[in-house]
Amino acid sequence: MTDVAIIGIGIHPFGRTDGVSGLEQGAFAVRQALKDCGMDWGDMQFAYGGSSAAGNADALVNQLGLTGLQFVNVANGCATGGSALQSAYMAIKSGMFDVGVAVGFDKHPRGAFAVEPEKMGLGKWYGDVGLALTTQFFAMKIQKYMHDYGITDDTLVKVAEKNYANGALCPHAWRKTALTYEQIAESPMISHPLRKYMFCSPAEGGCAIILASVEKAKQLTSHPLFLKAAVVRTRHFGSFEVFTQGQALDQAPSPSVDASQATFEMAGIGPKDIQVAQLQDTESGAEIMHMAENGFCADGDQEKWIQEGYTKIDGKLPVNTDGGCLANGEPVGASGLRQVYEVCVQLRGEGGERQVQNNPKVGYTHVYGAPGLSGCTVISR
Amino acid sequence: MSQAAGANVPQKSIDPKLFTWPSNKPRLLGSQCNNCGTTSFPAQASCPRCCSEDVETCELGTRGKLWSFTIQGFLPKSPPYAGTETLEDFKPFGVGYVEMPGQVRVVGRINVSSPEELAIGMDMELVFEPFRTDEDGTEIISYAFRPVA
Repeated sequence: MTDVAIIGIGIHPFGRTDGVSGLEQGAFAVRQALKDCGMDWGDMQFAYGGSSAAGNADALVNQLGLTGLQFVNVANGCATGGSALQSAYMAIKSGMFDVGVAVGFDKHPRGAFAVEPEKMGLGKWYGDVGLALTTQFFAMKIQKYMHDYGITDDTLVKVAEKNYANGALCPHAWRKTALTYEQIAESPMISHPLRKYMFCSPAEGGCAIILASVEKAKQLTSHPLFLKAAVVRTRHFGSFEVFTQGQALDQAPSPSVDASQATFEMAGIGPKDIQVAQLQDTESGAEIMHMAENGFCADGDQEKWIQEGYTKIDGKLPVNTDGGCLANGEPVGASGLRQVYEVCVQLRGEGGERQVQNNPKVGYTHVYGAPGLSGCTVISR
Repeated sequence: MSQAAGANVPQKSIDPKLFTWPSNKPRLLGSQCNNCGTTSFPAQASCPRCCSEDVETCELGTRGKLWSFTIQGFLPKSPPYAGTETLEDFKPFGVGYVEMPGQVRVVGRINVSSPEELAIGMDMELVFEPFRTDEDGTEIISYAFRPVA
């Protein structure tokens, strides 16, 4: 089987772009990625694309060109972007194609994600009484984790402080202003123990990644990156997920644990080999728990890691170097691909002010979301 | 609380499948799997663990320990929220999972407004009470938890 290379990356800035549709932001990202590797849309043999709230991804052909390529729409909750990439990975890996694109974009209305409990099989009563809020799940998961492993409120603040500081250095980030410790620690309590500036918001943006077989990549570029592994996993019975009404007494590990282990096995390396990582930070607590769920530290060690600054840009394992979801917002279709984009930028040494200084050769991404699924990758140069 | 408290006011369950009502001793309803023994909440027609369809409706306990909690700090978006508060009179409410021993952890509202009143592991009990009142005066009954006094 061939190995899979990443040869082109493109992004439309995240945040709010009035007057530009989600689809147009997706097309912009594809054009950027094509320019990045000197190819044309007509060279693309296939595309996997997804968007949760901004239309059918395959409508991109109306803007990019009706070339007859195989275009498959991907819809996989918050891991839509990661799933598009994983599908593209398999398309190359199988030998069926040797170059194609994974693309994701979105444009969510302002405010919290709209929830329709009955469509999710939850019963009308659940929404009626005020339980159908994703924010409650994240709050209760980190509340329990803080109780069990001694994570402090101070550490929750410091994760958010780091991510907004990183976002301030990143051209594609939405929130480009660093927030002070006090601004975060004194922001309104949304869902105890999580405050306003500890949560990410739905947003807009687009991202595209062009993959090729290693053979093809070598004809096109002297410095390809390699997608060593791409995995998506869903929840087992007993894992604690959003919108759980009755939680089993026997708790199973989260899908992030499964996806992470499978990813490292596929890549033939371990968490200690990773030099830069993008981990799902729906809120501050999620980034903390995901450090352990992905194998980077033991449960509870995050307290030391964050207090000592290990995950800052100049730390021993920089995490969310572009500001993560906190500074970029979460356009669901594009979010997982943004993480891959950022790791590629870092491995190429093109991060400018936010470039990590350990000359990274191996990076990692992890996207997680409703209804309980995770997508992970390992990328190297 | 049982319906006796509001004897002269018409009352209706928020969802007839969620708990026994009317009753002097109302109970939440779950499912017990006859194949693997798993208890789930709410009641459903098959087992989420082993997929068996050999399940029967069972009554859940009324007391348990608090597994985790949060305080809902802002007025939830409506729909789906059906509470009648306004931005002006909204009071934060607790939400948590209470572990019914040997059964399942049940999510529900908690009748407190401050995190200082809650702690993981504390004893909680179930209450049934009006969640809101319909336009025709009917009280819509739901369940909630409160710390054991």
